[in-house]
Amino acid sequence: MNWISNYVRPRINSIFSRREVPENLWTKCPECGTMLFHRELSDNFNVCSNCDHHMAMSPRERFGALFDGGVFSEVQVPEPIADPLHFRDQKRYPDRMREARRTTGEKEAMLVAEGEMMRTPVVAACQDFSFMAGSMGMYVGNAIIAAAERAVQMRRPLVLFSAAGGARMQEGILSLMQMPRTTVAVEMLKEAGLPYIVVLTHPTTGGVTASYAMLGDLHIAEPNALICFAGPRVIEQTIREKLPEGFQRAEYLLDHGMLDRVTHRKDMKEELVTVIRMMMNMPPAIKGDLPAPEVEPEQPEPAETS
Amino acid sequence: MKNYLEFEKPLAEIEGKAEELRALARQNDEMDVEKEASALDAKAETLLKDLYADLSPWRKCQVARHPERPHCKDYIEALFTEYTPLAGDRNFADDHAVMGGLARLGDRSVVVIGHEKGHDTNTRIERNFGMARPEGYRKAVRLMDLAHRFNLPVVTLVDTPGAYPGKGAEERGQSEAIARSTQKCLEIGVPLVSVIIGEGGSGGAVAFATANRVAMLEHSIYSVISPEGCASILWKDAEKMREAAEALRLTAQDLHKLGVCDRIIKEPFGGAQRDPKAAIEAVGKAVEAILDDLSKLDGPALIKDRRQKYLDLGAQGLAA
Ligand SMILES: [Zn+2]
Repeated sequence: MNWISNYVRPRINSIFSRREVPENLWTKCPECGTMLFHRELSDNFNVCSNCDHHMAMSPRERFGALFDGGVFSEVQVPEPIADPLHFRDQKRYPDRMREARRTTGEKEAMLVAEGEMMRTPVVAACQDFSFMAGSMGMYVGNAIIAAAERAVQMRRPLVLFSAAGGARMQEGILSLMQMPRTTVAVEMLKEAGLPYIVVLTHPTTGGVTASYAMLGDLHIAEPNALICFAGPRVIEQTIREKLPEGFQRAEYLLDHGMLDRVTHRKDMKEELVTVIRMMMNMPPAIKGDLPAPEVEPEQPEPAETS
Repeated sequence: MKNYLEFEKPLAEIEGKAEELRALARQNDEMDVEKEASALDAKAETLLKDLYADLSPWRKCQVARHPERPHCKDYIEALFTEYTPLAGDRNFADDHAVMGGLARLGDRSVVVIGHEKGHDTNTRIERNFGMARPEGYRKAVRLMDLAHRFNLPVVTLVDTPGAYPGKGAEERGQSEAIARSTQKCLEIGVPLVSVIIGEGGSGGAVAFATANRVAMLEHSIYSVISPEGCASILWKDAEKMREAAEALRLTAQDLHKLGVCDRIIKEPFGGAQRDPKAAIEAVGKAVEAILDDLSKLDGPALIKDRRQKYLDLGAQGLAA
């Protein structure tokens, strides 16, 4: 059965309902050591106001900042079978999953949503590095396919924020198979003539970089994001020499032709909207922070006739 | 056989003894050792049968990496005629870790692409141990395009520890090169058959093995990460590779149950390294049979078939 026919109506979701009071009111910038007040930090999209270091941002925080009025609908992702290999290392995989769910409050390592950015309709997918290092398993694969199918169905662009340590080893070969599976999703967008924009955030590595994260129509990275296939430590061990300063960082990749742009997080929304509207031949956007769009009442489904 | 694997040591002893006896007899006409030597041969055969009847996943990894296992070059030389290697990615270099070109398989013209590991120190260095750099994947993309334009089936022979973790490889866009190769595999309107002949290492394997049908030799492996790499990350101890190999479920048999592998090609008794000729023939037969089967599908149907294969994966797991 096709997932489009399986499609479940998206649930309206607002970040405000989920926003909790942080336990620590102060966060220390890992780069420069400045103590940052939580309100100031979140107003600044988790970017250090002293040194511009881009800290991690959860998918909900990200969508809250991107979508008009912070309002978006979650796109449902088909649930894969749990623990297909009965994987056990020092811990059982289901125990690791339970732990990740408990600490993040999320179901899995990717969130898919639809909504409007400066009144520009988009589908967005965002990987959650805090959930088992954002690792790509069957759920992430399903999420990207669901996002692509939804984008095709609604004729909207897909913006994907990547962040991952790579494939989820606990799903063995089935995690590796997400490389071709997510590439099928990219093919769907390509065939439909819809923009697919990848925003590479820190860090994007391994099989994620070597599949959907490097197949965008546009590649935009956040400053200083580590983007690579093999990590710097593995390379240093292999070639037995120190790597140059900034190796595999966003600016380095920009210099080496792998990215279109490196963009500060505060400018990201406007830049995404600007390029999407040009790519889709839409008039320029009305800029600025817009309130949430009016939700139109749901049209009732007509009764099935034979 | 010069190279015995660690777990084959008892076998090496018995075969060594039989060999010694026969050497003695050759120097001394009076001695008749044949009876004793034959008994040792029989013992060795039983032991070999026992050893290979139920190889643990880690032992399979060792067999898959056996230096005397037939490699891509051996398959190409034995199975194909008029093989004409085609070089270069038209961008930067020719990657010697990746072989590829036009060839005939039976009466079919095909494009063949594969990883070559090399068979001695010099060739291993020349082939970079079968670890492709970006140029290797870009050469493959070019050859797949060629196959598509001239309506030639593509046969890929996969045998790689993985992509090469080097500075230049990263600078020249290893990730993008692998991603584009996987994408190209999905886009070509010709049959694409892949055989894992040894090691199917991670993204470097996926880049060639995103095929309509994936066949695996009986003792080959295909994995998201090497057991050693997995052990050092998850167990924080690279010596736990046996446990990691078990947990990863990387054998042809498990991958067949998961639907990743469509067909297991039986290896000669004691592994492909003991009878390379028989292994190569078995691969040839399997590839021809699969190509016969796929010849019923036209271009769009082949593309659809390939996509569906990957979309459907993961519907079932393995028993505990
Ligand atoms: Zn700072």
